[in-house]
Amino acid sequence: MELHEFSLRELRQGLRNRDFSSVELTTVLLKRISALNPALNAFVTVTESDALAAAATADARRAAGEDGPLLGIPMAHKDIFCTAGVRTTCGSRMLEHFVAPYNATVVERLTAEGMVMLGKLNMDEFAMGSSNETSYFGPVRNPWHTGMVPGGSSGGSAAAVAAGLVPVATGTDTGGSIRQPAALCGITGIKPTYGRVSRYGMIAFASSLDQGGPMARNAEDCALLLNVMAAHDPRDSTSHPAAASDFLRGLERPLQGLRVGVPEEFFGVGLDPEVAATVQAGIAELARQGAAVQSIRLPNNPHAVSTYYVLAPAEASSNLARFDGVRYTHRAPNPADLTELYQQSRYEGFGAEVRRRILVGTYVLSAGYYDAYYRKAQQVRSLIREDFRRAFAEVDVIVGPTTPTPAFPLGAKNADPVAMYLADIYTIAVNLAGIPALSVPCGFTAAGLPVGMQLMGDYFADDLLLNVAHRYQQETQWHRAHPSVHAREA
Amino acid sequence: MAFDQDTVRRTAHLARIALPQTEIPAVADQLERIMGLVEELRAIETTDVPIMAHPLDLDQPLRPDTVVNQDQREVLMASAPAAEHGLFLVPKVIE
Repeated sequence: MELHEFSLRELRQGLRNRDFSSVELTTVLLKRISALNPALNAFVTVTESDALAAAATADARRAAGEDGPLLGIPMAHKDIFCTAGVRTTCGSRMLEHFVAPYNATVVERLTAEGMVMLGKLNMDEFAMGSSNETSYFGPVRNPWHTGMVPGGSSGGSAAAVAAGLVPVATGTDTGGSIRQPAALCGITGIKPTYGRVSRYGMIAFASSLDQGGPMARNAEDCALLLNVMAAHDPRDSTSHPAAASDFLRGLERPLQGLRVGVPEEFFGVGLDPEVAATVQAGIAELARQGAAVQSIRLPNNPHAVSTYYVLAPAEASSNLARFDGVRYTHRAPNPADLTELYQQSRYEGFGAEVRRRILVGTYVLSAGYYDAYYRKAQQVRSLIREDFRRAFAEVDVIVGPTTPTPAFPLGAKNADPVAMYLADIYTIAVNLAGIPALSVPCGFTAAGLPVGMQLMGDYFADDLLLNVAHRYQQETQWHRAHPSVHAREA
Repeated sequence: MAFDQDTVRRTAHLARIALPQTEIPAVADQLERIMGLVEELRAIETTDVPIMAHPLDLDQPLRPDTVVNQDQREVLMASAPAAEHGLFLVPKVIE
């Protein structure tokens, strides 16, 4: 096995044994990024000299006797997390030259542990997309098949981890943006319970839905990262006082007696038969390990996509009002007056999908429509949460497919925004409720594309999801498969 | 429901986005599709269903009212597209 395929546990052991230094490890991965990124477009910014300096610092800390689990381990951040001194674009022309004056809490905490940031990862513009094609910096390509999308919006993170450019990365998930690309690229990613991970310095899309989380090649690596990412943060008023936990502690618990619910609504019309069969085989493995599997109902889940496409654009239209061309964003040249400065800067700075969502949000919040759409959607959101409450009275974990199809070709869903929105049909209800959910690789299609199985848990059951995924990965090898990515021909 | 071109123009003005006339028909069509998707919500029975604005039932937390931010005026102004004497420059608003 090569260095770029090592798990975090193996990397730590190698660093401890002085088999390699953090500088050597960082150099190997930087070379790999420079060779493969032209084919994948996973990185928007590579911070080579800062990375080598941080690696040297980590080596010095280790020489002085430190031995933290993440010390000297390379990683990269989704370009939605603010990094002091390194530009943060959010995949948008609006922020093409934006350099944040401060670090996001997530960045600060992982840096303090001695992690080495190699750069910033491509994403759908302002995290609005399911294919990574809305990025101003061009689409990311799926390492398993470069003609296919990697999913989105954390597509750069998923592709970079799958291709072995970094062992772990951060992502964010508003309607499926960690889990859907994790599924399409064959990696493991968890959207934690809302309030676990600080949103301070994480550029806002829909504040009541956004949640940061780890993306890695196995559940244990996710747990190691989440141990540091999850913490109460007084700078985020929605950060939960009990956000922190030790996610490694219960990782090895056997699955004997685990109550697994399989929602009928997740196996209906629109689900690709190969994905269905692969996920059913994953559920059978959980049963083989002693889980009791039963069928359940989530009757309001079919309304999740429509509820989301009222609430998320409404919140986005408000959050993105700050990008006005005056203080730190793209500004249109030679505006006639202040209104034209705003209007022209926003037209030029935002891409078509972001503009569409701002318009939808503005419309549903405008006078005369608020009750019909916004208030109604907030009520249906309650019904969706009640579905989960009822289900978790009977089962410990809900299991189903992460996505209705495997990765689709670039350009396949660009003509119709609604077709793209339906790529998140199984992931969105989780964000509306605020519960945690994880995607774990559970097999491949005949064409060699990865399939993800989604595990959903009750509030603050993140540790249980990581435990189930870890036990599953002790008995399966899907997460050990690596795509062979080739440097683009000159 | 018809998402006509006038509605697009009015909404774009509220959102302060200068949509060129040539793009308005296509945007109207896309917004019509999206509003068509969410239209099904109207038929759901929600009498006496409370609204859910947020996942966590938390009160607004309070912390001690002490200064924790550093003075970052210069670094913040460095990102301004146009600035002079520590002020953001915009086109003349009052003649």
